[in-house]
Amino acid sequence: MELIRELMVQGTQMLLVLTLAPLLTGLVRKARARLMRRRGASILQPYFDLLRLLRKEVVLAENASWLFRATPYLVFAATWVAAALIPTFATGLQFSWTADLIAIIALLAAARFFLALAGMDTGTSFGGIGASREMLLASLAEPAMLMMMFTLALIAGSTQLSTVTEFLASPESGLRVSLVLAMIALVMVAVAENGRIPIDNPATHLELTMVHEAMVLEYSGRHLAMIEFAASLKLLLYLSLIAALMFPWSLAHAGDSWLLYLAGAVSWLLKLGVLGVMLAVFETGLAKMRVFRAPDFLGAALMLGLLGTLLLFVSRGA
Amino acid sequence: MIGPILAGIAALMLVAVAMIGIRPASNGGPSPAGKLVYLASLIATLAILISAGPHLLPGTVSTLELPLGIPWLGVHLRIDALSAFFLVVVNLGGALTSLYALGYGRHERSPGRVLPFFPAFLAGMNLVLLADDAFTFLFAWEFMSLTSWALVMAHHRESENIRAGLVYLVMAGFGTLTLLLAFGFLAAAAGDYSFQTMREAEITPAVTAVVLILSLMGAGSKAGIVPLHVWLPLAHPAAPSHVSALMSGVMTKVAIYGLIRIVFELSGTPTWWAGLLVLLIGGITALLGVLHALMQHDLKRLLAYHTVENIGIIFIGLGLALAFIANEMPAAAALAFTAALFHVFNHSLFKSLLFFGAGAVLTATGKRDMEQLGGLIHRMPVTAALFLVGCVAISALPPLNGFVSEWLTFQAILLSVDLPQWGLKLLVPAVGTLLALAAALAAACFVKAYGVTFLGRPRSEAAANAVEVDRFSLSAMGILALLCLAAGILPGVVIDSLAAVSQMLVGEHMPVQSQIAWGSIVPIAESRSSYNGLLVLVFIALSASVAAVAIHRLASRRTRRAPAWDCGYPEPTAATQYSASSFAQPIRRVYGSVLFAAREQVEMPPPAGTGPARHQVRMTDPSWTGLHDPLIQLVDRISGLVNRLQFLTLRRYLAIVLGTLIALLLVLALWS
Repeated sequence: MELIRELMVQGTQMLLVLTLAPLLTGLVRKARARLMRRRGASILQPYFDLLRLLRKEVVLAENASWLFRATPYLVFAATWVAAALIPTFATGLQFSWTADLIAIIALLAAARFFLALAGMDTGTSFGGIGASREMLLASLAEPAMLMMMFTLALIAGSTQLSTVTEFLASPESGLRVSLVLAMIALVMVAVAENGRIPIDNPATHLELTMVHEAMVLEYSGRHLAMIEFAASLKLLLYLSLIAALMFPWSLAHAGDSWLLYLAGAVSWLLKLGVLGVMLAVFETGLAKMRVFRAPDFLGAALMLGLLGTLLLFVSRGA
Repeated sequence: MIGPILAGIAALMLVAVAMIGIRPASNGGPSPAGKLVYLASLIATLAILISAGPHLLPGTVSTLELPLGIPWLGVHLRIDALSAFFLVVVNLGGALTSLYALGYGRHERSPGRVLPFFPAFLAGMNLVLLADDAFTFLFAWEFMSLTSWALVMAHHRESENIRAGLVYLVMAGFGTLTLLLAFGFLAAAAGDYSFQTMREAEITPAVTAVVLILSLMGAGSKAGIVPLHVWLPLAHPAAPSHVSALMSGVMTKVAIYGLIRIVFELSGTPTWWAGLLVLLIGGITALLGVLHALMQHDLKRLLAYHTVENIGIIFIGLGLALAFIANEMPAAAALAFTAALFHVFNHSLFKSLLFFGAGAVLTATGKRDMEQLGGLIHRMPVTAALFLVGCVAISALPPLNGFVSEWLTFQAILLSVDLPQWGLKLLVPAVGTLLALAAALAAACFVKAYGVTFLGRPRSEAAANAVEVDRFSLSAMGILALLCLAAGILPGVVIDSLAAVSQMLVGEHMPVQSQIAWGSIVPIAESRSSYNGLLVLVFIALSASVAAVAIHRLASRRTRRAPAWDCGYPEPTAATQYSASSFAQPIRRVYGSVLFAAREQVEMPPPAGTGPARHQVRMTDPSWTGLHDPLIQLVDRISGLVNRLQFLTLRRYLAIVLGTLIALLLVLALWS
């Protein structure tokens, strides 16, 4: 009985992230549009976009191999699995022990690895430029994320996200300098990883400024739908992660009553909404950087993560 | 059970001797002798593998003393858990290399330069692992070096290979010399050259320190630590590809074995700064290795530089283990040590796989330069798929094996927060950053390697007309890919079989993993960290297939082939694709401008001129400019000075002899 319940919670989480991801993207777009005094498309537009793409035929480049066709599904699956393991509205999910935060970071890295390969597959210059730049940014964003994870793991004594959030929610965890540093690093990485301004612009159509969009330039139809969906899922994943780590309250625990689960879910939605609007404000206030300025930005995130870890190493009794 | 192993080694030696002077078949086709050699090597290594396996269980040590070699010493042989583990690594790699070579070896132009040395090289590596006294160890070590040198020089008509051979010979000689000195110090302290007396002897901390530094130079230069790695990216690619796989995947592991044997077992208790030193070397080696690899466009050289990176990762694990041992934290030491050995095993698998793939590409196209390859996924589908498995594994991505060992290393780093020394407290987080950087850059590097070689459009006639390689090569690669997957999804099995080694050397082993439900691995406690590769694989496979099936059922299934869109500027020539150099350019600009003093020079034709534009990149390796070049100049200058001694008259020689004699007598008189 207990197992069935736990499985249902896990299943709900998997379905929730799937259904909410496009909504979050729509919300951010809408908020950006309003901040720019445009009316903007409906908040539900991403769903319509996905449906439209799914109905269209796929135009494959002549040179595309099986890897190009398999990648959208792999990327989608890896991102979905990673998103399913984040404590969004409840901790102690049934499969949360399958992969800790390191493995979640690595799952996202695997998705990016295949996406970059797909960019190289068609043998076009834009695919190459996107893949090359994406891997450059990842070469700094991923270590920054890992150092952020180190800080958290040292504070909470675990790399398991459920344990970490539970520890952060408990009164034991006060405000710490290294935690603040880690959170700043996390936000910076989240901005970069989701291809947001100032690192990349998801709405750009100017070829030479594209990173992520250049990499997926040759995709169309259902393949593009999968990739867009995965991008929305990734945004949801990062915002949920920030929510779980920065505002770890009102998360349900394994074995709580249904009401608490519901409360957790409602507060998760609120957190996501607030964070989504904040992201839009952040994006509207900044201009995009040159590609070669981005490593400085991410290098700063890496240094912050390292500093947080170093502080913890040094402050632990000698 | 040492007898069958010895018989295997003897068989390998016999085959080697029988092949001396073999000539290529007169009709120019594949020689039957080649098949014979590789078949015999396959059987012999499999036999050794099977007889070494049971020694991985605790308490199965067997020794043997042969009345050979130096009269008062004899030849001591011994197999314990440590040598058993490395015997498994060496002979698994050796067996699969032999299988691969059954197909690949047919294309060998000068079999007489490869066939005698291949089994001898295998025998030498096996003998190093069995040696239980310094003389046998050094003899086997040098034998391994020389046979591999002969294999590096197999295609000696290419000028690059001659340089590679020279650098390798010098570095190998230097390494053996430092190991000789290390054993000298140990023997002086123990009173005997056999390892058994060294184990039992009381070693003073000063000797421990000296031996550590000497063995780091000796075994480290063979393994390829920065800055002693310079020979490795020259020598490994120069050899025929199956030998490259052996050298990179297996011989570097024998070097790691030597280091572990000396530092962890023979030379007494390590001090904490031993851990610091090894960690520092490991971190630097990992980062510089992968950055060098990113700058390469020769596929085999890129792989060789990646060996340097992976040796760095192994060293990070070993350094942590040493630091934990010095601070009497056996559980943490067991984790770090197991992580290092797990990576040893993993690297031997995926590096062999990748070198086999590079060899297959070389067979099919005759090219190693990635700038002339491309599009091979269409022409060589099986090789491409298997090479992809190797790329994912070496980039430390789940659910394959490379990720597990790096995950364990990260877990060990997290435990090091309790180390008391300030030096370690400050260094370990930095090394963690270096490891994270190396992992991320490795992924970038293999996107480049795979993307340029196998994806895109062919950049040369040879690449456009490539054909898939033979079944032997493919099956060897297939087995390795399967092993990579198996070690990734069932890591508990590997960890448990390392328990005896860890128990023997750090006095503790990781908790038994095979009892844990669902096949997860839990290094310390479930609340702390756990990982389940099998479930990750199942989840990804399930959700990908659910998505694919759902979309193919519910959504449009129409597919049309058309020219690439490329933002409306499609260019028919393959030269407009991103090349290996252009892929690495941003990374070179960000990291290489400082580390390698990389400078780009662009010469544009004058306005309205019709001349070509030129783009040049200059890079230097700090290991060469900072260490080896000045050393070479110093040796040159000294030998220039000493050179005069060769052209003296007889009277002057006699005077020198007399002078030396008197000086020696004086020294003797004053001494006593």
